[in-house]
Amino acid sequence: MKALVSVKRAVDYNVRIQVKPDGSGVVTDGVKHSMNPFDEIAMEEAVRLKEKGVISEIIAVTIGGQKNEETLRTALAFGATRAIHVKEDGEIQPLTAARALAAVFKKESADILLCGKQAIDDDANQTGQMTAALLDIAQATFASKVDIADGKATVIREVDAGLETLEIDLPAVITADLRLNEPRYLKLPDIMKAKRVQIEATNLGDLGVEAAPAIKVTKTAPPPARSKGVMVKTVDELAAMLKQKGLV
Amino acid sequence: MSKILIVADHANGKLNSGVAKVMAVAQAIGGDVDIVVFSDDSKAVAEQAAKINGTAKALTVDNAANANLMGAVLAPQVVALVKGGYTHVLFCGNALGKDTAPRVAALLGVPQVSDIMAVHSATSFDRPTYAGNAITTVECPEGTIVATVRLASFDAVAEDGSASVEAASVSATLPSHTRYQGLQAQKSDRPDLQSAGKVVSGGRALGSSDNFKIIFDFADKIGAGVGASRAAVDSGYVPNDMQVGQTGKIIAPDLYIACGISGAIQHLAGIKDAKVIVAINKDADAPIFEVADIGLVGDLFTLLPELQSKL
Amino acid sequence: MSIERDVMEYDVVIVGAGPSGLGAAIRLKQMAADAGQELNVCLVEKGSEVGAHILSGAVFEPRALQELIPDWKEKGAPLRAAVTGDEMHMLRSAESSYKFPNWMVPKTMHNEGNYVISLGNLCRWLGEQAEAMGVEVYPGFAAQEVLFNDAGAVVGVQVGDLGVSANGEHKPDFAPGMELRAKYTLFAEGCRGHLGKRLIRQFKLDAEVDPQHYGIGLKEVWEVPAEKHKPGLVVHGAGWPLDDANPGGWFLYHAEDQKVFVGLIVDLSYENPWLSPFDEFQRLKHHPVLKAHLEGGKRISYGARALAKGGFNSLPQMVFPGGALIGCDLGTMNFSKIKGSHTALKSGMIAGEAFAGALFKGAEGGDALQAYPEAFKASWLWDELYRSRNWGPAMHKFGTLFGGAFNYIDQNIFGGKLPFTLHDRRPDHATLKTAAEAKKIEYPKPDNILSFDKLSSVFLSSTNHEEDQPVHLKLADPSIPIAKNLPKYAEPAQRYCPAGVYEVVGEGEDQRFQINAQNCVHCKTCDIKDPAQNITWVAPEGNGGPNYAGM
Repeated sequence: MKALVSVKRAVDYNVRIQVKPDGSGVVTDGVKHSMNPFDEIAMEEAVRLKEKGVISEIIAVTIGGQKNEETLRTALAFGATRAIHVKEDGEIQPLTAARALAAVFKKESADILLCGKQAIDDDANQTGQMTAALLDIAQATFASKVDIADGKATVIREVDAGLETLEIDLPAVITADLRLNEPRYLKLPDIMKAKRVQIEATNLGDLGVEAAPAIKVTKTAPPPARSKGVMVKTVDELAAMLKQKGLV
Repeated sequence: MSKILIVADHANGKLNSGVAKVMAVAQAIGGDVDIVVFSDDSKAVAEQAAKINGTAKALTVDNAANANLMGAVLAPQVVALVKGGYTHVLFCGNALGKDTAPRVAALLGVPQVSDIMAVHSATSFDRPTYAGNAITTVECPEGTIVATVRLASFDAVAEDGSASVEAASVSATLPSHTRYQGLQAQKSDRPDLQSAGKVVSGGRALGSSDNFKIIFDFADKIGAGVGASRAAVDSGYVPNDMQVGQTGKIIAPDLYIACGISGAIQHLAGIKDAKVIVAINKDADAPIFEVADIGLVGDLFTLLPELQSKL
Repeated sequence: MSIERDVMEYDVVIVGAGPSGLGAAIRLKQMAADAGQELNVCLVEKGSEVGAHILSGAVFEPRALQELIPDWKEKGAPLRAAVTGDEMHMLRSAESSYKFPNWMVPKTMHNEGNYVISLGNLCRWLGEQAEAMGVEVYPGFAAQEVLFNDAGAVVGVQVGDLGVSANGEHKPDFAPGMELRAKYTLFAEGCRGHLGKRLIRQFKLDAEVDPQHYGIGLKEVWEVPAEKHKPGLVVHGAGWPLDDANPGGWFLYHAEDQKVFVGLIVDLSYENPWLSPFDEFQRLKHHPVLKAHLEGGKRISYGARALAKGGFNSLPQMVFPGGALIGCDLGTMNFSKIKGSHTALKSGMIAGEAFAGALFKGAEGGDALQAYPEAFKASWLWDELYRSRNWGPAMHKFGTLFGGAFNYIDQNIFGGKLPFTLHDRRPDHATLKTAAEAKKIEYPKPDNILSFDKLSSVFLSSTNHEEDQPVHLKLADPSIPIAKNLPKYAEPAQRYCPAGVYEVVGEGEDQRFQINAQNCVHCKTCDIKDPAQNITWVAPEGNGGPNYAGM
């Protein structure tokens, strides 16, 4: 069984986001980037499935500019067997990404696409679902547990009311939530080996994919600051306010 | 003129309270608004939807496949309805909405807007990126607008309307690749910190592990989750998984009560999306009071039990 | 229990991706390319990426970079704000000041031809150049131990284990640190590197020189309104709020993109244990001279780092069997210019050339390669450091004003070549008066506009450490902080630490010394200034520490 794992290069989760003073976006120059943490979880899950013998090949895919190669190297250090770089310098929105992933998925005759539930830069939470729709296959989003057997996946999903279980036929798309697993430390020897792997390059044209219509970002602003509220003098006042707001 | 379709979330015969908030967005966009209820037996839920002010029609789509809502099964049905002439289709920004909306958008060949938090026009919205640290204003291209709504950003509209309930006919091929197996409801005596509607947190001022009992007792009384500041965790009072803040959990409860927490900025980063922040602290100059909606200066060891007895 | 470790062999292993480490790595690869030879060079960096732990003013003198990569401009090196003006102020009180006319400013403090840069960004760029040339760069891995052979020569380093819990047990994801073995190992950890410190001690490299002297530099990055921004303006000053017994100086540089870098360097020879460098910095920003630049702006980043400023007189031996010290690990900063980046870069380049030369001749390592110090002594770097040798001691001996006057005469009239050398032989940890003797300092409360508290500041450094790991600030004797330092010096760690790592909590019998290791910005001040020399800074798990952006 073959798994595709899509990995995105995003501003590192430790970085405090700075909005540019002219409102044209956030500062990304000279800022640490790393693999989207939810994609790391997806990657880890793929490696665990491979260790269990459920899947035999893990292909990491990324879409973006030259620097995304680092992200593929990280995926290789995790344990991806191959890495495909869909080279595109412009901004890639979810629908275009989904078209590219669907094309790679078909070309590779993959059985499963694992990806993070969302990327921590645009927070869209769309690409996995869109890819499943384009391929007309099943999806299980927000996965917190995955079992694969007999051409089917049983997935526990984190939904608002609790944990939902779905059974889906493969091929399918599974998007990883935070609690699916805890990604391992990358070991230096694995990182060293990953440096020597040949990355396969392609682009949207080669994949026969047309960029989708895009949403235009017209302004980026920092979130409004919280304003100071009221000070109460007594517990009675506080209790009354909480009751009045229907909070207790 | 916009024609807007809201896809209703519901469970156990009850309409999700988020739908009335999505209506607030639909009204801000302006136009005719229908709410569609997919179920194996939609009528009762549709009647609740019909009461939401601003609803033109509450549509029902009955199908055994809709007994439990799943994005992959809903999407082709929503697409069939939308092709009947809607300009916008809106979902709650919750697990179901996020599961379904992208699938609908992909089938329609249009991009999707996630987590609308403000409406500028029928095609322009604000949405959060970078975990809410950068708010972007977006302009949608031509075509149907598919979007989810960040429920925390809107108040529900009133529910004293009386729209008609109509059955909608939907012809779509439904997939068989996805089967619902069941739901295990969140069962915990104390709600999970990350998803709790109310959270009570303690800081360094608690002074010891034992003293944290006062926080747990109070939280149990009001059915809240329990968190802690990094200072309290570093002091070894409580385990690290209770830490709220930039390096801990980032939470957005309806009510956050900070007890003996000074409000270091790294802590505030974890609670900035809380709806109402209450702060109880000895130090009237504590930075937490700069962001608290309600502040009370005093000793938490006397104030908290007193508050507990009054609720 | 012995742990099985992977081993990798290189020609040269470099510890630390700052200007000296990267300069050495690039020079090694350039030499190899020129000679048509193969050299395997590995560089490990404890920060989460190259640049994450770099903090400097910085006004950068491009001389060494020009030699290393002559087409740096075409290759997009981030030197974009050429210096457009120099100012120097003496602050006389919280309100008043004196601006020096240009002719009175020592020559070394002139900055025509220099650039206001983020050294972190320059290192990121140098890191890309190095990788493109085939240097293996591994950020996120801290060199934890020096490896020796039976003959006592350095043969590489071992990187830190990952996945060790706070109480020292192996967690399920334990990954043993790898051994990186090399013919030669270059230590480029920056000021007070934890391995460099051990090597200096073990090989007695500083036996014949003055003790190293240090400062702590605190820096903030501000974004100011466009109308206040004067790209390339360089402002320096001294005086208030410090004094001759507790000296220091400040800087304020206008960089590109509406950014202003403001910082204070406090000499770690300060005497008053009540002094808090952090709070001095916070109140300094309220002085009208600085406030004028910052008002209406927004603070976006904060950090701190110790600097080694002893210069020529404190320069230890550079080599030992199997390796060498370079950059601030050695102590190549020119404090008369308050610049160490070009000198660090140059020292790395000199070392790179020397070690490449030896390897081409078939060297197998294990020796103290004299070609490096010989080339160092023949270079402009040696000359530059020699000329500045009296700067620091003069300031210590004569105070800011008279020391400044001495330095003016020394630098402008004699070009640093006065026929005598001033020495300063008291180490910085031995300068504190007792708390009882010293005047207690009451610092004003931060206003959250120009000044801030420590924790909100540390937040802006994006500092993060894996929580469940052993504390990386080791106390040789855990009783000293409360039993000795507290009564005698009111435990100064609470104040000299710029990140709130050290606290004395509790009352009476319950009083204890708490170490919030997670806050640590890796500045090394505690390792330097603790009067009992009881605190040893060791590298925490890789990736830990600040995540400076644009510092």
